[in-house]
Amino acid sequence: MTASKVRAALDRAAAVGAGREGLNILVAVNPRAEDDAALSVVGRSEQELPLSGEPVAVKDNIATLDMPTTCGSRILAGYVSPFEATVVRRLRDAGAVILGKTNMDEFAMGSSTEHSAYGPTRNPVDPSRVPGGSSGGSAAAVAAGIVRMALGSETGGSVRQPASFCGVVGVKPTYGRVSRYGLVAFASSLDQVGVLGRTVDDAALALGVIAGRDPLDATSAERAVPDYRADVRRAATAAAPLAGVVVGRPREYFPVAMHGGVRDRCAVALDALVRLGATVRDVSMPHTDYAIPVYYIVAPAEASSNLARFDGVRYGARVSADALAAMYDATRSQGFGPEVTRRILLGTYVLSAGYYDAYYKRAQEVRALITQDFRRVFADGVHLLFTPTTPTPAFPLGAISDPYEMYLNDIFTATANLAGVPAISIPIGLADGLPVGGQIIAPHFGEGPMLAAAAALERALGASPLTTPPSPAAARS
Amino acid sequence: MSVTFDDVRHIAALARVGVDERKLPALANELSGILAHMAVLTRVDTSSVEIGPPAVATPWRADSGPPIPLMHPLPSFAPIVRDGFLLVPRLATHGGGGHTGDSEPSGNERPEDEGSA
Repeated sequence: MTASKVRAALDRAAAVGAGREGLNILVAVNPRAEDDAALSVVGRSEQELPLSGEPVAVKDNIATLDMPTTCGSRILAGYVSPFEATVVRRLRDAGAVILGKTNMDEFAMGSSTEHSAYGPTRNPVDPSRVPGGSSGGSAAAVAAGIVRMALGSETGGSVRQPASFCGVVGVKPTYGRVSRYGLVAFASSLDQVGVLGRTVDDAALALGVIAGRDPLDATSAERAVPDYRADVRRAATAAAPLAGVVVGRPREYFPVAMHGGVRDRCAVALDALVRLGATVRDVSMPHTDYAIPVYYIVAPAEASSNLARFDGVRYGARVSADALAAMYDATRSQGFGPEVTRRILLGTYVLSAGYYDAYYKRAQEVRALITQDFRRVFADGVHLLFTPTTPTPAFPLGAISDPYEMYLNDIFTATANLAGVPAISIPIGLADGLPVGGQIIAPHFGEGPMLAAAAALERALGASPLTTPPSPAAARS
Repeated sequence: MSVTFDDVRHIAALARVGVDERKLPALANELSGILAHMAVLTRVDTSSVEIGPPAVATPWRADSGPPIPLMHPLPSFAPIVRDGFLLVPRLATHGGGGHTGDSEPSGNERPEDEGSA
């Protein structure tokens, strides 16, 4: 049975064309997957193994032992980590089998999975469109029916935005909820491993397995991990699961010039929340509009420091040169793609003498105001916030060439990363035949109530558009 | 704020990224365009903000390393141990001669080795 789940996943991957010539979802397949499936259950009971034989896809910036970890970059081509990430070990300890590594924007910098050394991933719902990013491969793996759940990483929306574009569930946990040990660092004050699932229950199951304190990550929190699936089950069976819950509708997330289809689906979702017993209250979070400028100062600044380690000496590729400095320059200029180079230069600029106060220090101050917006609404009696996940549905491949226009894809998601609060995107219907995601945001460590509300909303809105995965023919067209 | 070619050369050198001179115009233009959007932050009143440690600070741990994975305790086979360190004869090139510890040489120490390491 366990091996058959892995076999089915591999067959499905072949059928939908998950390789480079097709949807380009998987950049590596675990050569030992079927053996691991057989070994994962030896000597252990089903109770010990909540993910017995379950194939899970893992984003290519999370360290694994059996496959390369390249972050979708030429500079790490063929690099195999000597250790595995805590989240991967916890999945395997729970009986899961790592099926393969998924495509991503290089070093998680992007919102479309077009900026990868492996080439772009295509959206299984409509292969002429992007799957979102940077965890586009993981979202597409779930949407295409290859796996029930996958790991991604979040810095500014990199799980929720592709979940929204592909019609699946995506969770960004509270900063500190999940160990980052073995997640290749992009922006350390923002990064967090996230999960993608076909349903809210799938995501709750995966999150429960990977969450919790890890002595190998000093930023992981000393807090017990609740039974998230119990929260989901209660919400799924109660008559009025959201009775007494106050849901805030922040007006800054519903601008006048919003995509009509997204606005309509959000209105339907808000009506459903009321029918489930919730009270919807209009609120204001006045610093929301500053999230993108703040994010695109803080994240590149931290990235310029974190990515200094990729120098041709310690990891991955090296381009030979006559002198040490010339070797650094050549390795990094040829190893990094244009978007990563742009962000390293931007980060270096805002940290450099003369500009630090004007950009980086200022951004940190405004970040504190964005965090205060969340604290204030939650202190005023709002339990959860509901917003659209993205301003628009998935856009066509190659449609956005201006860097800042691409950055605006994160406008509704980056705030949760800046404040460190948890958030989830769930499918709330279709606009122009494409999935639309609705976002629920909770206070710090409020994953349980957040998942419960998401499960109730999921049930109220009916099956997600991708409960039946697309046919292989449709996926390849 | 407009980013100049020299600015790009300067930050590229700081970041140790080789930048082709032919790419300077495009990079300067892109960075200027992005930074222009950041100017909005200058209009925000941040006078009430004090940047301090986060509400939930990084947890502390004991200031010690993991136990040394040895089969037998260090003093059982080391010549001289003090504060967890092995004391060894001083190198002749460092002058002075003699071991570095304050304690008397134990039976395991071989003074004739001094200066020969």
